[in-house]
Amino acid sequence: MIRDNRLDGGLIDRSETLSFRFDGKQYEGHPGDTLASALLANDVRLMGRSFKYHRPRGPLSAGSEEPNAIVELRDGARREPNTRATTAELYDGLTAKSQSRFPSLSFDFMAINDLLSNFLTAGFYYKTFMWPASFWEKIYEPIIRRAAGLGAVSHAEDPDVYDKGFLHCDLLVIGSGPAGLAAAQTAARSGAEVILAEEDFIFGGRLNAERLSVGDARGSDWAAGIIDELSSMKNVRLMKRTTIIGAFDHGVYGAVERVSDHLITPDAGKPRQILWRIYSKQAILCAGAIERPIAFANNDRPGIMQAGALRSYANRWAVTPAQRIAIFTNNDDGHRTASDLLAKGVDVAAIIDVRESAPKHRHVEVLSGATVCDSAGRLGLNSIEVYRPNRPMRHIKCGALGVSGGWNPNVHLTCHQRGRPQWNANIAAFVPGVTGPQGLHVAGAANGIFSTAGALSSGVEAAAAALAVLGKKVTEVPQPETEDAAFNIKPFWHVAANSGERNTVTPKGRAWLDQQNDVTVKDVVLAHQENFQSVEHLKRYTTLGMATDQGKTSNVSGLAIMAEIAGRDIPEIGTTIYRPPYTPTAIGVFAGRSRGADFRPYRLTPSHKWAEEQGAIFVEAGNWLRAQWYPREGETHWRESVDREVLATRRSVGVCDVTTLGKIDVQGPDAAAFLNKVYANGFAKLAVGKTRYGLMLREDGMVMDDGTTARLGDNHYVMTTTTANAVGVFRHMEFARQCLWPDLDVQIISTTESWAQYAIAGPNSRAVLEKIIDPEFDISNEAFGFMACANVTVCNGLRARLFRISFSGELAYELAVPTRYGDALIRAIMEAGDDYDITPYGVEALGVMRIEKGHATANELNGTTTALNLGMGRMVSKTKDSIGSILSERTALNGPDMLYLVGLKPVDSIDEVVAGSHLMTPGDPINAAHDQGYVTSACYSPNLESSIGLGFLKNGQARIGETIKMMNPLEGREVLLEVCSAHFVDPEGERLRA
Amino acid sequence: MIIDHPLLGPRDAQEFTYLGDASLIDRPDWQATDAAEQFFDYQYLRDNPAGLHKELWFHEMGDRSWLVVTRNTLTHEITKVELARDVARKRGRGK
Repeated sequence: MIRDNRLDGGLIDRSETLSFRFDGKQYEGHPGDTLASALLANDVRLMGRSFKYHRPRGPLSAGSEEPNAIVELRDGARREPNTRATTAELYDGLTAKSQSRFPSLSFDFMAINDLLSNFLTAGFYYKTFMWPASFWEKIYEPIIRRAAGLGAVSHAEDPDVYDKGFLHCDLLVIGSGPAGLAAAQTAARSGAEVILAEEDFIFGGRLNAERLSVGDARGSDWAAGIIDELSSMKNVRLMKRTTIIGAFDHGVYGAVERVSDHLITPDAGKPRQILWRIYSKQAILCAGAIERPIAFANNDRPGIMQAGALRSYANRWAVTPAQRIAIFTNNDDGHRTASDLLAKGVDVAAIIDVRESAPKHRHVEVLSGATVCDSAGRLGLNSIEVYRPNRPMRHIKCGALGVSGGWNPNVHLTCHQRGRPQWNANIAAFVPGVTGPQGLHVAGAANGIFSTAGALSSGVEAAAAALAVLGKKVTEVPQPETEDAAFNIKPFWHVAANSGERNTVTPKGRAWLDQQNDVTVKDVVLAHQENFQSVEHLKRYTTLGMATDQGKTSNVSGLAIMAEIAGRDIPEIGTTIYRPPYTPTAIGVFAGRSRGADFRPYRLTPSHKWAEEQGAIFVEAGNWLRAQWYPREGETHWRESVDREVLATRRSVGVCDVTTLGKIDVQGPDAAAFLNKVYANGFAKLAVGKTRYGLMLREDGMVMDDGTTARLGDNHYVMTTTTANAVGVFRHMEFARQCLWPDLDVQIISTTESWAQYAIAGPNSRAVLEKIIDPEFDISNEAFGFMACANVTVCNGLRARLFRISFSGELAYELAVPTRYGDALIRAIMEAGDDYDITPYGVEALGVMRIEKGHATANELNGTTTALNLGMGRMVSKTKDSIGSILSERTALNGPDMLYLVGLKPVDSIDEVVAGSHLMTPGDPINAAHDQGYVTSACYSPNLESSIGLGFLKNGQARIGETIKMMNPLEGREVLLEVCSAHFVDPEGERLRA
Repeated sequence: MIIDHPLLGPRDAQEFTYLGDASLIDRPDWQATDAAEQFFDYQYLRDNPAGLHKELWFHEMGDRSWLVVTRNTLTHEITKVELARDVARKRGRGK
């Protein structure tokens, strides 16, 4: 039977009916409802199961602090687990499912855990599943994970988009209750650029949940009036459905705007959510306060809620979870809930007030000095037991119980930069400390000021303080008369007052603190008994406050009970650290558009399209896509393609796109002096029209990068770097130029993207180039020898740069043209090379040829190797000051036992050299102590018809011809290798100079 | 964090890359008799103050200036931002 729990009034639009489904069943609600309020209106109190014991649970709150009523919202790819029903805005067609239950919410197999609760106490997992260790990953963890609650992700790609945006303002006001509205109004009228952010879908905060009037208007109407005024002002940006999730350095705040969460699907072109980075000069936190429950036995039944939440449901949503309600309180605010419920026609059974001198109520029986010590009702509350000293137990029938243990100011954001809250005994709660984020003021209930009049005046004061910093004159705004009651509270945390031990008051049953993680008072006692004395340890051991709600309703009570047990003061215990985000935040909004192919966009060279036409297979290299090899028809294995490309290049001619190498233009009268500083070898004497290999060291003496640098003019050099290090080398050179030698007259600029560059290699490369280079340029061996460079023109007048350099070991050139001509040039080269069967080759063939030639790349320049290791120790000049030269001389980096780059080939040519393998002297024990070095690069050489490799070997230069054992325990390989020169092909370099 | 660039005004720290202690400007004389020790100290020994720290930031996504930023490591408050080139000259660096 469905009972109608709707009351009169409220901020819902009854003219429209919305239909929605929960656990497959159809219900109706109205615009303005949340999923929780609409379910309560339909007499659904049971909305979920708890995480550990699978206890039936209903909503505790009416806001974002909700621990219990978390559901899976939407279906299919849009399924969103762990959504709080108390903040999910109702829309027509909404579907939601309960979580942590099987097979159904009202009958849950895993509720067996509840009967086993004596065993499943704090630390249970740590204690039980420790042994044997091997069981953890395969057996314990999967079972625990399956049994654990919370929702499941859809595993489908999120069909919606998330955006990021940037906002700037003079003043950010966080929260739009009375304090926030007063602050925003004062600041806006004073001419400040104001952003008002509100997490809720209507502005007004607590004013929407109260019956009180502000001036002669109802609170919610007064709020709407202020919003009307603000929305007409150009200097104000109103942002509802926007949660400030974090306070960061220098007035930067993170905000998540839920643009489309209240719609069944986002409107066309609209994102689901936006992550805003708000740059504020000043900010005011007006985030209100969160009511905390009092722990007592079986205080987790659906229907037992924050008293203030019952008031919100009645006043704002015109709904009550039950027709007969009791109140359990330790402060005056509980009495206000009783009055508001009565005014809405709800029967209030009694007010149970822990205070001996509780105020009287005109219409409701007040049981003073009393506590609620137990409750009953299988899937929802139907009665409570009330204990009064020396009097018989009182049994009260009620369908809901409003509990008020006091209010905790919402200090969260004030602590995001390690600020610590301070204890205020007058309100028995923590208030913001003095070391909050710079420029952040706090007003209203967030600052422990609980009356509405106090909120208004503190909002105005905070605005005035912010305006003073901004240098703006305050325009006084008279504030209306409103409620100004004093706050009267007796600290009271849990009913088992006697150190949490069992006593006659709680003969059995558990008193819940953290309802989402099922942490009880007993768990806190146990943690204390086991000597977890720090509040941070208490948290980790019991999991108190570690659920998706981060303990917003439970942390302070937990530490208060800990203080009581330990006989210490609450301020002495302190709080755990609050960290962003303030509420659970979708990963998608952090990712924004940076996902899939857009996560890290590729860089494409100008001839990429041409390479695609050739059927190239591409590989990512330092964000670039480079052709890896070019398969031809009939080739079924990549090695076939690569072997063919290598052989064709060495026999005739090949062409390779080397655009991706970093290029840095170095110009100025001191350019040579500058290169002498950043390169270990000398550059001052390099002739114009010549190119030189350069070795760059880090200051610690390790090799940083290498490349060639060409001198195009007296004051003009062009440096190349490896593809992956281009950015880092440029940064390093700017450091040298600005921080180390600021008076050198030299300018540098990255020209990587300005030039398309191609290597043309092989004995016929000159013949091909002669058909492209304009005839006035003589590129014969005599006129343009090895390591020459020049500005030339190609294809009838296109400016180009030609370098006679070789990575492959063949007669080779690199030709560069302005980027926009790259595609045209590669097509021209291919056409010119047609007579010689010119073959495009990719980075695999490039790699094979450089290993055959013994040239080092990133595998060898791996950050742990010195020039000496690479066999280039003598290149480090000792007659000039260059970065890294002094520290490269350290004793530990020099000596006979150093690693040297050597060539390696299998003794038996059917064996394979494997990169990453370690080298051992045959006969020595196989262990790290006897390690002789390692293999850095390996490939199949089609020229030698054998697997070959490069590696570092202790004292390697003196061990040529030795047999060494290659160990690869990962692959179970053990192969005998011959140590040889790293120059497998053309060791004398005759081909280069041909 | 926001870094008040001396030439460009306040810029988000995301535009910068961080290097470390500004003492890296004080590169020793390579010809000093104890150059090896000096370079070792320069390369490896840094103060790690809880409080004001002068450090090097590079405006990589901006104008490529190296900056010396004085930042309080406890509060992240930035009290001074200078062009590293000016600092280097003041500390006697030249060619």
